[in-house]
Amino acid sequence: MTGTEQSKRGTPLVEMRDICISFGGVHAVDHVSVDLYPGEVVGLLGHNGAGKSTLIKILSGAYRMDSGEIRINGEKAEIHNPRDARRYNIETIYQTLALADNLDASSNLFLGRELVTPFGLVDDDAMEAETRKIMGRLNPNFKKFNEPVSALSGGQRQSVAIARAVYFDARILIMDEPTAALGPHETQMVAELIEQLKAQGIGIFLISHDIHDVMKLCDRASVMKNGQLVGTVDVDKVTDDDLLGMIILGKHPGAQAEA
Amino acid sequence: MTHSEAELSPAQPRKSFVRTLELDLRLLGMIGAFAILCIGFDLVTGGRFLTPRNIFNLTIQTVSVAIMATGMVFVIVTRHIDLSVGALLATCSAVMAMTQTEILPNMLGLGLGHPLIPWVTIAFGILVGTLIGAFHGWLVGYLTIPAFIVTLGGLLVWRNVGWYLTSGKTIGPLDPTFMQFGGINGTLGAGWSWIVGLLALAAALYGLWTSRKNKIRHGFSVKPLWAEGVLAALISAAIIGFVAILNAYEVPAARLKRDFEAQGLTLPEGYTEAYGIPISVLLLIFIAAAMTMLARRTRLGRYIFATGGNPDAAELSGINTRLLTVKIFALMGALCAISAVVASARLTNHSNDIGTLDELRVIAAAVIGGTALSGGFGTIYGAILGALIMQSLQSGMAMVGVDAPLQNIVVGAVLVLAVLIDIVYRKRTGVA
Ligand SMILES: Nc1ncnc2c1ncn2[C@@H]1O[C@H](COP(=O)(O)OP(=O)(O)O)[C@@H](O)[C@H]1O
Ligand SMILES: [Mg+2]
Repeated sequence: MTGTEQSKRGTPLVEMRDICISFGGVHAVDHVSVDLYPGEVVGLLGHNGAGKSTLIKILSGAYRMDSGEIRINGEKAEIHNPRDARRYNIETIYQTLALADNLDASSNLFLGRELVTPFGLVDDDAMEAETRKIMGRLNPNFKKFNEPVSALSGGQRQSVAIARAVYFDARILIMDEPTAALGPHETQMVAELIEQLKAQGIGIFLISHDIHDVMKLCDRASVMKNGQLVGTVDVDKVTDDDLLGMIILGKHPGAQAEA
Repeated sequence: MTHSEAELSPAQPRKSFVRTLELDLRLLGMIGAFAILCIGFDLVTGGRFLTPRNIFNLTIQTVSVAIMATGMVFVIVTRHIDLSVGALLATCSAVMAMTQTEILPNMLGLGLGHPLIPWVTIAFGILVGTLIGAFHGWLVGYLTIPAFIVTLGGLLVWRNVGWYLTSGKTIGPLDPTFMQFGGINGTLGAGWSWIVGLLALAAALYGLWTSRKNKIRHGFSVKPLWAEGVLAALISAAIIGFVAILNAYEVPAARLKRDFEAQGLTLPEGYTEAYGIPISVLLLIFIAAAMTMLARRTRLGRYIFATGGNPDAAELSGINTRLLTVKIFALMGALCAISAVVASARLTNHSNDIGTLDELRVIAAAVIGGTALSGGFGTIYGAILGALIMQSLQSGMAMVGVDAPLQNIVVGAVLVLAVLIDIVYRKRTGVA
C-alpha cells in the first residue's frame, strides 16, 4: 500500500492537524500533523521523550491539546476526556498499561464499561465469562482469572491491556509500545493480531522503538523528534537506515521516499 | 508472587482445607485474634467478660465507631483520610438535638412528642452530614487540597461549629423514639430477634446458593458440595449463636417493674423479658450489608477500588475521579450523621464533647481491619471487626482494672502492631 494509493482512498479515519501541547514551557508536541486510514497501520517512531505518547494521549482523551484539530471520518471531533474518545471507538493500549493492580483481569477489562444485571449491579460472573472467551483467543495460556493483576507476569498483564482494547469493537486502535514487556513468542502473537485487526478495517497507530517491527507491520511511519514531526514516509519506500536517520538526525530521507 | 510459585500452584492437586472453603485468610486471622482476646479477658476476669450482658454492652458501644469505619474504608481505599469524622458527628448531633428539642416542637409548633419529630430530625441530620462531607470532597477532588489538610481543618471547624450552635450547652432529654436508636433503650425483644436472625440466615443461605448456581451456569469451577455445607453450617451457627446470646440477656426485674408500673400494671410473678438485638446493632448490620453490596456489586464500588489501586488507570478508563471523591466524602458525612443519631441516643442527650477522638478510633478500626493506607484494599466486615476488637480491648482492660493511661498506651501499641502484621502478611502472600 503506498501513499498515493492512500490519498485516493478518500477521507482518513483520523486526522490530527497542527497539534500543540506544552507542559510548563516544554513543547512536548509542537505543530504535529498525522493521519490514519481504515485498515492501515501507521507507526510512530522517535527517541524517548520525542512526544509520541503525548501525541496519542491527546487522541485518547488523556490530555487536552493547547491548539490544533482532530477530525474523525472528516468531521471535527471534540475529545476532552477518555469517555469522549471511547465514544468515537478509539481504544488505547497505554505504555504503562493503565491497569488497576488490585483488581482481577475481568474487572480491568470492563473498567468503566461494566456489564450489569437487570438490577444495575455489576455482573462479575458474566464479565469473567466474556474475559475467558477473549483471552482464549488472545492468550490461551492465561489462567489467572481470579487473581489481582499484580500477581500476573509482564506478558500476562500486557495481554489483559490488549484484550481490553480489542474487546470493545475499536475502529481506531492506539498501541503504545505494546510488545515492550513481551517475549518473542508473545510478540509474534501481537504481530498476528495486528494483521488480523487490520484486515477487519481497523486503523492502528503503533508506537514502537523497534524499527524492525515497524518495517514489518506498518504501512506508513511518522517520525518525531523533540516534539516535532520529522516526516511521514511509506515504509516500503524507505530502508532501515533512512528511518534511523530520521530518528537520530531528524533528517528527512531523499525525495524518493516523500509521502 | 515469584515466577516459580506462580507456575507451581496450578499443579498442586490437593488444596488445604481453608483454601477449599475459599475463606479469607485475613478474616480468619482477625477472628482468631478476636477470639483469643475475648477468651483471655474472660479467664482473667473470672468469667465476667463473656457474659450475655457484657457482650450486649460491647455491641452497643461499638456501633457508632463501626458505622463510621465502614465509610472510612472507602476514604482510605482511595488514598485519602478523614480526620474530621468525630467533629462532624458532633455538629450533626448538635443540629439534630436542636431540631428535635427546639426547632420542630417550638419554632415550627409541632409540640414535643409529635410522631414526625424523630424522622424529620434524622433526615435533616443526614442531609447536613452529607452536605458537609460533599463540601470536603469538593475541596479535595476539585480544588486538589490534600484530604489530610481539608479534614484537619474540618476537625477544628466542625467541633467548634457544634459548640457555637449550642453555646456549649448539653441538650436533652431527646425524643423518646429517637433514643431507641441508642442501644439499651431500643431492643427487639426475644421474638423479633429470632425472626430477624432467621431472615438473615435465609438471606445468607440464599446468597450462597445463587452464587453457586451462577458459577455453574457460566461453567466456572465451584467448591465441593461438602465445603459449601461446612460454610453454611458456620454461618448458621454464627447467626443463631449471636441471637441466642443477645436473647440471653434479660431485662433486670427492677426495670421491668418500673416499666409495668409506668403503664399502670403490676409485674406478674416469674415474668422475664429478654433484650434481644438492639436496634442500633440492627442498623449497623443493615449498613454493613448495604456498604458491602456497594463495594462489591455496584459500579460506584468498583470505581472506588479501581481508583485506589491506580488513579491514573481509573481516569484513563473514563472514571470521573473528582466526582467520585465528592461522593465518597458525602457518604462519609452521611454515615457520621447516622453515627451521631446512635451516639447521642445512647447518651440520651447531646453534649459538647460527643465523638471526641472518634476520628482516631474510626481510622484505627479500618486499619486494624486490613484497610491499606496505600490504597486499593479494604473490606467492610474487616473494619467492623476492627472496631469490635478495639472496643473489646478497651472494655476488657477497664474490666480487668488497667489504669486509664495504660489502656490507651496498649491500644496505640496494638494499632501499630496490627499494621506491622498486615505489612508482613502482604509481603508473604505477595498479593492482596
Ligand atoms: N504530564 C506531563 N507533565 C510534564 N511533562 C510531560 C508530561 N507528559 C509528557 N511530558 C514531557 O513531554 C515530553 C514527551 O514525552 P513522551 O510523549 O512521553 O515521549 P515518548 O513517548 O516519545 O517517549 C517529555 O519531555 C516529557 O517529559
Ligand atoms: Mg512513550
